[in-house]
Amino acid sequence: MRTVLTDVKKIMCTVRRAPHGSIYVQEGLEAALIVAAYGAEVSLVFMDDGVFALKRGQDTQELGTKGFAAAYGALMDHDIQCVLVDRHAMAVRGMTEADLLSIGQDAETGELRWPRVVEAGEIAALMAEQHSILSF
Amino acid sequence: MLHTVNKSPFQHTTLADCARFLRSGDVVLLLEDGVLACQVGTLHVALVEGILQRVAVYALGADLKARAITELIPGIQVTDYAGFVSLVEQHKVHAWL
Repeated sequence: MRTVLTDVKKIMCTVRRAPHGSIYVQEGLEAALIVAAYGAEVSLVFMDDGVFALKRGQDTQELGTKGFAAAYGALMDHDIQCVLVDRHAMAVRGMTEADLLSIGQDAETGELRWPRVVEAGEIAALMAEQHSILSF
Repeated sequence: MLHTVNKSPFQHTTLADCARFLRSGDVVLLLEDGVLACQVGTLHVALVEGILQRVAVYALGADLKARAITELIPGIQVTDYAGFVSLVEQHKVHAWL
């Protein structure tokens, strides 16, 4: 991976692990925020068990971990607009769009922002456009 | 796009997951325990054959040898570390870890 981003690079982070059992989701979110801070055009894609990371109502208080709420809130601050979820992965895990959590508020309008549920084909097409893909 | 799969299909769903995101011109490289999918007569032959109908599938020879896998599903191409590097040079990579 390039350490200096001279022109805008497209970087995708794919999150495919379930949250809380390992640190992968947290790492994926942090990586997305870091590359965004370097000015990259970041897309963050939740697929396979990664979709569970977007389930609303996660409460990690008794686990003693900080959870992802702060990281999701920071996505908007870093102008990460492209947050996608694989529709099939959600469906086979019994999740619907109503189960998704909000990923922050629009800075100007204050409207809640949501992950966008998409088909595998759209994700595959977006993958092909990237300079790099980081998988978690 | 080069899709690398390094997990056993008998313990993980990464190969099947990967298959859903393949596009024309993509390549799948099986390595480490991922090469276990190359074997004939397993539960996952149909999955691998379906992938072979759509894209090129490579397997890392060193990993096949280490696991004594000699009889491969027809169509799978065996490569070495230099070939692995070439594939990485030619494609963008998504590692299905």
